[in-house]
Amino acid sequence: MRKLKTFDGVEKLRGELQKGRDPNKPCMTVCVGTGCLAYGTQKLVDSLKVELEKRKLQDKIDLRLSGCHGFCERGPMMVIYPQKIFYQRIGLNDAAEIIDKTLLKGEIIDRLLYVDPMTKEKIVYEHDCPFYKKQMRLVFGMNGQISPTSIDDYIAVGGYAALVKALQKMKPDAIVQEVIKANLRGRGGGGFPTGWKWDETRKATGDPKYVICNADEGDPGAYMDRSLLEGNPHLVLEGMIIGAYAIGSSNGYIYVRNEYPLAVQNITAAIQAAREYGLLGENILGSGFSFDVKINRGGGAFVCGESSALFASLEGRAGEPRVKYIHATHKGLWDKPTNLNNVETWANVPFIINRGADWYAGIGTAGSKGTKIFSLVGKINNTGLVEVPMGMKLREIVYDIGGGIPNGRKFKAVQTGGPSGGCIPEKYLDSPVDFDELTKLGSMMGSGGMIVMDDRNCMVDVPRYFLSFLEIESCGKCTPCREGVRRMKEILTDICEGRGQEGDVELLDSLAKAIVDGALCALGNSAPNPVISTIRYFRDEYDAHIRQKKCPAGVCKKLIKYRIDAKKCTGCGLCVKVCAVGATSGERKKPHAIDIAKCTRCGACMESCKFEAIIVE
Amino acid sequence: MDMVKFTIDGKEVEAEKGAYLLDVARENGVRIPTLCWHESIESPGACRMCVVEVKQGKRTRVVTSCLYPVSEGIEVKTQTDRVKHVRKVVLQLQMARCPESKELKDMADEMGVKPEPRFTPDATDNTCILCRMCVRTCEQVVGVSAIGFSYRGTEKVVGTPFKEQSKVCIGCGACAFVCPTHHIKMTGTPEEREIWGRNFKMMKCKTCGNYFAPIEQLEWISKKTGVPMDKLSVCQACK
Repeated sequence: MRKLKTFDGVEKLRGELQKGRDPNKPCMTVCVGTGCLAYGTQKLVDSLKVELEKRKLQDKIDLRLSGCHGFCERGPMMVIYPQKIFYQRIGLNDAAEIIDKTLLKGEIIDRLLYVDPMTKEKIVYEHDCPFYKKQMRLVFGMNGQISPTSIDDYIAVGGYAALVKALQKMKPDAIVQEVIKANLRGRGGGGFPTGWKWDETRKATGDPKYVICNADEGDPGAYMDRSLLEGNPHLVLEGMIIGAYAIGSSNGYIYVRNEYPLAVQNITAAIQAAREYGLLGENILGSGFSFDVKINRGGGAFVCGESSALFASLEGRAGEPRVKYIHATHKGLWDKPTNLNNVETWANVPFIINRGADWYAGIGTAGSKGTKIFSLVGKINNTGLVEVPMGMKLREIVYDIGGGIPNGRKFKAVQTGGPSGGCIPEKYLDSPVDFDELTKLGSMMGSGGMIVMDDRNCMVDVPRYFLSFLEIESCGKCTPCREGVRRMKEILTDICEGRGQEGDVELLDSLAKAIVDGALCALGNSAPNPVISTIRYFRDEYDAHIRQKKCPAGVCKKLIKYRIDAKKCTGCGLCVKVCAVGATSGERKKPHAIDIAKCTRCGACMESCKFEAIIVE
Repeated sequence: MDMVKFTIDGKEVEAEKGAYLLDVARENGVRIPTLCWHESIESPGACRMCVVEVKQGKRTRVVTSCLYPVSEGIEVKTQTDRVKHVRKVVLQLQMARCPESKELKDMADEMGVKPEPRFTPDATDNTCILCRMCVRTCEQVVGVSAIGFSYRGTEKVVGTPFKEQSKVCIGCGACAFVCPTHHIKMTGTPEEREIWGRNFKMMKCKTCGNYFAPIEQLEWISKKTGVPMDKLSVCQACK
């Protein structure tokens, strides 16, 4: 690798790289994000390599191992360029067939095409797939076009052009103003205007100043930051270098969870490659500006995603938050001015610099600009990572992109914002995703978790689950969070197990108020949100549990009974096979029955029954 | 000195800019309850008893007065319903955690707070309210950091690392002295003191012959101050 010493050097290299790349050369882009790797994609990759070599095609057909494409439900997957043929649910032994038929003969393998569940139509090209059609893949856009371990790939598609523009043509203050004008808001949870934060840190007195990338994503079910670091680490790094230049910092940290080994590996490699090219380190591209980044691996405490706890952890102390009446922009890491932004926030920066604040501010709503990545999970057909312009209706995300609820069940709620978010009911499905709108509904944008729930999710059990998570993840420093969240969970558990009392809902509400007002950090302040929002929108379910000792969704084991509908039961015997405790019995081809005394309410029989003959009540 | 003017419960007060609100309130005779505050150590802001409402510009919020730096024109209210509610709940939560604590009961009586009957009190004689005074005293006043926290959340406990005998503990007993609920136990005979699972030999006063302080504590003082051990081997009364 040669060291780039001038701004022109980057453009020259980009020119050379692009010249050496034929856009019409066939290329199989295989997703090797964590989701697809879990499907066993590595085996597919290995056999693709072997089969290419066998046919001496390794120079004629490229094999690109890319980061996450987002449609995790459908892995292993590949996109074949230049046509952008989209294959999904690829068998691990399909390598030879794909090469022989599609790459060599141009035949489409029907079996590997995605079938639109609405129209039953087979989709050949990636851009025609309804999952991608309504998305606006800005931050994620490059993921399919690059290998995350190749800095050359990134530069070839336009990477580090924003850095060159910033260093060569913009004064630090102009960059800050551009980010303020773009109205980029923090993607990690708070939604604080990024430009203002930069401005505060820039103006603060103190030396050195730090810029930090918060990659301590920990919401259950959320993995957008992980996929960004895994799939396009240079984008995040480029954003950080631009931010550091604007703020006047030479020291950067990336605080990333150690449970994200691929993210750690790819960002480590990216930093190394950027240093070798002279994009990080002393006198970057001859600009006189120096900046370097260190990686700190977090130990997995959820609370360390909170800025002051993250600083404590970085400083080598226990990850506990501290009171922040003096902002981190003035007194952060080691009491020095510190600017902390989330992975996705940093990844937005190069776009703002490249294309301008006016262009960026043209995307989204009045108060929320740009796009947002959500991890769409739960009771949804198309599980995966989706990137949409701010302002898109929740309904469009759930139904048009997410493909609706599996098995035609009824939508009940969507929980946005991670464990401390709120549950939004169906009547607000036409609300736009927007920082302020979600807050009005009693939820929040958070970092972008989106958990879809159907009529089989109990709205007392759901907050009980989230509070159990937060109880374990509470650092234990302040009383309201440590003791209060635990007591709220105990009351919810009582309600779920038939010990609920009149007045419990009012008590939960009263505790919630004290915790919201009294807790030290945002983890505690927002912990009661799932309870507050479910009381607000699903009070009837609380009342059914407390007064009738019934769980309308059929979830809370202590309050439900399974029964077989003799009219629907065909006597197939499947429920007998799956029951672990021998509670189901009956003669073949005659209606079966469940012995309630033996039944553990595990629900396996109901799951297995093909005739919907098992009823929960 | 940069002074600022503001109001506490409607009364105008003046204080140094950036001074902590709790200190200013107390200097002005305003009573605010606390569980983790101590004049000799930096406040952790952990107990949340000292909350007050602060209006700054258009924004009103609940803050911990022990760490809130005062500024010009703020309106502080120390007895609003919101504030009293947080204090009441915090105290009820602590009482459910430490049902045996006499100090908490006294405080509740004084504030007119009753235990919340819906909370099942923990079946324990634990009286540690996790106020952190011991840990902070050991770190900031004594300077040895022999004790700290293990685990997190509801399982958080104060103790020596890995619950093993601490090599750096000097047996001074400042942690036990500062503990507001008398949770930390210090036992022993005149010749020997036991704390945190370790025994400490006491120094016999060269003059009167009474045992007065752990030898390791005196060695620590000698090391820190440069005063020879010989001079430290006399008890306070005989000095």
